[in-house]
Amino acid sequence: MEMSLLFLYNELGGMNKGFDVIDHTADVGIIAYGADIKEIFSNAALALFSLITEPESIENKFHLDLELSSEDIESLLIEWLNELIYLFDVKHVLFNHFDIGSLTDNDLKATCYGEHFDTEKHTMKVEVKAATYHMLKLDKSDDGFKAQVILDI
Amino acid sequence: MARWQGRLIKIDDYRWEIPQNYKTGMRVPGLIYASKKMLETICEEQTPEQVANVAFLPGILDYSFAMPDIHWGYGFPIGGVAAMDVNDGVISPGGVGYDINCGVRLLRTSLSEAEVRPRISELINALFLNVPSGLGSEGKIKVSQKEMNQLMVEGARWAMKRGLGSQEDLNVTEDGGCLTGADPSKVSDRAVKRGSPQAGTLGSGNHFLEVQVVKKIFDSHIASTMGIDEVGQILVLIHTGSRGFGHQVCTDHLRVMERAVSKYEIRLPDRQLACAPVRSPEGQDYLAAMACAANYAWANRQCIAHWTRESFSKVFGKHTEALGMKQIYDVAHNIAKIEEHIVNERKLKVCVHRKGATRAFPAGHNDTPTCYKEIGQPVLVPGDMGRCSFVAVGTEKAMAETFGSTCHGAGRMLSRGAAKRSMRGQDVLHDLESRGITIKAGSLPSLAEEASQAYKDVTDVIDVVHHAGISKKVAMAIPMGVIKG
Repeated sequence: MEMSLLFLYNELGGMNKGFDVIDHTADVGIIAYGADIKEIFSNAALALFSLITEPESIENKFHLDLELSSEDIESLLIEWLNELIYLFDVKHVLFNHFDIGSLTDNDLKATCYGEHFDTEKHTMKVEVKAATYHMLKLDKSDDGFKAQVILDI
Repeated sequence: MARWQGRLIKIDDYRWEIPQNYKTGMRVPGLIYASKKMLETICEEQTPEQVANVAFLPGILDYSFAMPDIHWGYGFPIGGVAAMDVNDGVISPGGVGYDINCGVRLLRTSLSEAEVRPRISELINALFLNVPSGLGSEGKIKVSQKEMNQLMVEGARWAMKRGLGSQEDLNVTEDGGCLTGADPSKVSDRAVKRGSPQAGTLGSGNHFLEVQVVKKIFDSHIASTMGIDEVGQILVLIHTGSRGFGHQVCTDHLRVMERAVSKYEIRLPDRQLACAPVRSPEGQDYLAAMACAANYAWANRQCIAHWTRESFSKVFGKHTEALGMKQIYDVAHNIAKIEEHIVNERKLKVCVHRKGATRAFPAGHNDTPTCYKEIGQPVLVPGDMGRCSFVAVGTEKAMAETFGSTCHGAGRMLSRGAAKRSMRGQDVLHDLESRGITIKAGSLPSLAEEASQAYKDVTDVIDVVHHAGISKKVAMAIPMGVIKG
């Protein structure tokens, strides 16, 4: 599938586009869309795992509860993605479904669903080092919210 | 991406200045090393804007420098050099990057192309089996928590003590393979957890291990001092860094720096340039943690060099000594160093950020290894996997002009996405094979991302630094076998 033309089924809005992957010379960017900020967090996480492997190949075999806090909502988004990158690197877990329980400008509670990375089953795409603050944007647009994050790969 | 529209002043054929008045807030001008032809590519993106943004950082001296392999990064451009006065300047983790001490190590052999080419597939397979690589790869050595503390402090010496190298290797490694001031208490548990299983792994992305053939020698005296004696000689180049350990150290400390920016009232044009005064607790903590990651990377390359020698030994049935497998040098490409430099005729302690740049100290410098005192510190400049790599040496001019710094590689031109859209991994594989390059890669799509067409020609890069006088080119080698993670 063409990276920049990835579409994902969006549970709330039917076939709305959940995210786009954008080019950045040394790295790669993601744009997450959502009717609210919770959806932005969920779609940004889906975009991240779509870079690591094919998200359709991930099954919901277990869940993990996460609680995070940060200074502001943009930093919290970076914190969230970096937490998922950390979990993949250390625990080799892949997620493709996220319930964002509660979200304020500073705190996030979420449940992530997925399974362990399996070389037989999951293709390896890229190694994501970190989510960066570079060109970080989280804005309200005409039809909801939009966030842009550049990942270092 | 819009083309950069700013003004550049031509100083000579290889130097272009971004005037200080280009943007209010720049403390020094920008200086880009490039040929006119390369400048066209550089200005296709907002890269020069990033050079200008770095000039905002407090305490920056002389210029915000950009090497000819510069390309658009996050915050700092890749290929950027910035030196700050340690007394009133800042340290910025973004000026080092996520892959702290990503760097290269070059080994020589006494083998010739004629001896290796018939067995290249066997050799590449042996290396692929013996050196863990690829996404999520874990090492074949187990490193306990206690050992991680030693590894962080001792760097390559830690690996040597485990029997994976010799004092001779350390002598020809930048800083002896160990940056002082490493303090494991400044490194998070998360970084240790991410790093310990990955010690001794090549990783993926642009990291590689390459068996090369010397094709050209530009200065036979300097080359032979490094043990590069003739065209056709086999070399091995290892390119990797601090893996998830360094990435986590950077992530953790960027968070701290984010808060430090408002605490110290630093005005920045880009959030990713987050920094703190070098002398502040935040700055000192980062330097102590960065040193741990730099040491991790040197330990990592030391382990891989050992397994490389083992693989050669196995395939050619001879001891590594008999194969002449000595280390030529090991340099960091992503690092910040506290060094002494002459600024305005005064000796000054400065913090030199090299992000996708190489230290290039001249002959006679205290930190140039004894065996290279007469020729200058070796500078290793890898190109993309289809073209060639260069060996150069540092010069007095680099010392006087760029805080002893030069280029680090080819420099990306096409984004990974664009590279993948324009060619298939399978085609890249066939193309390389048709040119006599045996390749073993973790994944085919990643091969397309790293294709030659995605990079600038490293020959153009080296010619600029050579003619500008900030390095002297010594030898050129082409790949014969490549392992990509």
